[in-house]
Amino acid sequence: MTELFGVFLLTFMVITAVAIVHTRHLLVAVILTGIFSLLMAANFFLLDAADVALTEAAIGAGISTVLFLAALALCNEHERAYTSSRLLALSVVTVVTLIVIYATFDKPRFGDPQAPVHQHVAPWYFDTTREAIDVPNVVTAVLASFRGYDTLGEVFVVLTAGIGVLFLFGVRPTRKSEMPNTTAPEPGQGLRHYLIPRVVGRLLIPFILLFGLYVQFHGDYGPGGGFQAGAIIAAAFILNALLEGESQALQVMPQKLLTGLMAGGALLYGGVGVVTLFMGGNFLDYSVLAADPVSGQHWGILLIEAGVGITVTGVLISIYHAFASREKH
Amino acid sequence: MALLLDIASWALLSIGGIFVFIGGVGALRMPDLYTRMHAASLTDTMGAILIIVGVMLQAGASLAAIKLAAILLFLLLTSPTASNALASAALLAGLRPGAAVQDEEERGE
Repeated sequence: MTELFGVFLLTFMVITAVAIVHTRHLLVAVILTGIFSLLMAANFFLLDAADVALTEAAIGAGISTVLFLAALALCNEHERAYTSSRLLALSVVTVVTLIVIYATFDKPRFGDPQAPVHQHVAPWYFDTTREAIDVPNVVTAVLASFRGYDTLGEVFVVLTAGIGVLFLFGVRPTRKSEMPNTTAPEPGQGLRHYLIPRVVGRLLIPFILLFGLYVQFHGDYGPGGGFQAGAIIAAAFILNALLEGESQALQVMPQKLLTGLMAGGALLYGGVGVVTLFMGGNFLDYSVLAADPVSGQHWGILLIEAGVGITVTGVLISIYHAFASREKH
Repeated sequence: MALLLDIASWALLSIGGIFVFIGGVGALRMPDLYTRMHAASLTDTMGAILIIVGVMLQAGASLAAIKLAAILLFLLLTSPTASNALASAALLAGLRPGAAVQDEEERGE
C-alpha cells in the first residue's frame, strides 16, 4: 500500500515537473514548484523521514514560493521565447537519463536491510545515540552532534547565500522619503486595505511564532530543529510584512537587527565549537560542556540548534526584504 | 463500540473524499474564476472537516486528536481568508463575474 501510494506521488511529481518545463507563464511555474515540493514532502513522510518532510514543506513549499513570488513581482511574468536549437539540451538530458537509469540497476532493492546505507555507520549512530547523547530523535543527534561539522557548513552556506543576496540587492530604507507619492496604492503599503486577510493574519501570527518555537525546542524529541523552526518563524514575519507593508515590517525588525541575527546565529554555532576547544575537548565535542557528558551533549545541541534557527530566520527575512523593498523597473 | 467508531470514521472519510472529488471536478468544469473558486472551496470546508473528523475518530482521545483539531481550526480560519483574498484580488484586477457580464449583454441587446 505504501509503495503504491509512493508510486502515485512520484507519478504526480513527474507530471508536475513536465508542466513546470512546459509552461511559459512564470507565475504558474512558481505555483507548480510549490506543489512539487509539497508532493516531495509527502513522499519523504511516506519514507518515515519526518524531519526532511517538515523541512521540505516549510522551506520548499512555503518560503521559497513566497520568495519566488516576491522576485516575480520585480520582473515579467512571462518567459522570454527563445529560438535557439534545443537539440544539444535534448541529447544531454537523454544521455544523463540513460546513465542514471543504468546506475539504478546496481542499487539495492527498496527497503533492503542489507543495503550498504543500513550497514555502514547507521547502526553505530543508533547504538551510540542512546548512551552518549540520549535524545529520542536520532536525526537530531546525527545532525547536531555526530555530524556537527556538516551542519556548521550548512549554516555558513545559508549565511553566504544571505550575504550574496544582500550584496546584489541591498535594502535601502531611506529611499522611501525621497520617493514622491504618485500612484494611488503606495508601494510597500502591503494589504492594509484588505480587511479580512489583515484581521485573520494578525490573529495567526502569534500562533505561527509559537509553533516555530515548539518546532525549535522540540527537535530533540520529535521532527523539527533549527532549519524548520527558522523557516516557520521567518514565515510569521514575512506574513506581517505582507499585511502591514514593508516600512512597518522594517520598523519591527530593522535590517541592522536582521544582519545581526544572520551573523549572530553562525557565530553562536562556531562559538560553541571554540568553547569546547577551550574546555579541553575537540571542536564541537559537546561532552565537555557540563560535568555529565550526556547533559553536555544536550546543552550543545540546544545551543547550536538555536544558532541554526537564528541564522535561518535572519537570512530568510533579509532575502524577502531585499526583493520586496525594491520597486519594479 | 470500536466497530461503530470505525464505521462512522470510514463513512466520514468516504463522504469527505466525495466532497473533495466534487470540488476537483467543479474547479475544472465551472465556467469562470468565481464559480471555480466556489467549487474548490468545497474541498477546503466540507472535505477538510469531514476527513479530519474521520481521522480524529481513528485517533481516539489522544494528543493526536487535539493536534488534528488545531489543524482543522487553522484550516477553517485560513482557507476562507485565502478564498476571499483571491476573489477580491481578481475583482480588483478587473475580472468580472461571468453571470454579471452575461446579464449586461442581455440587457444591452
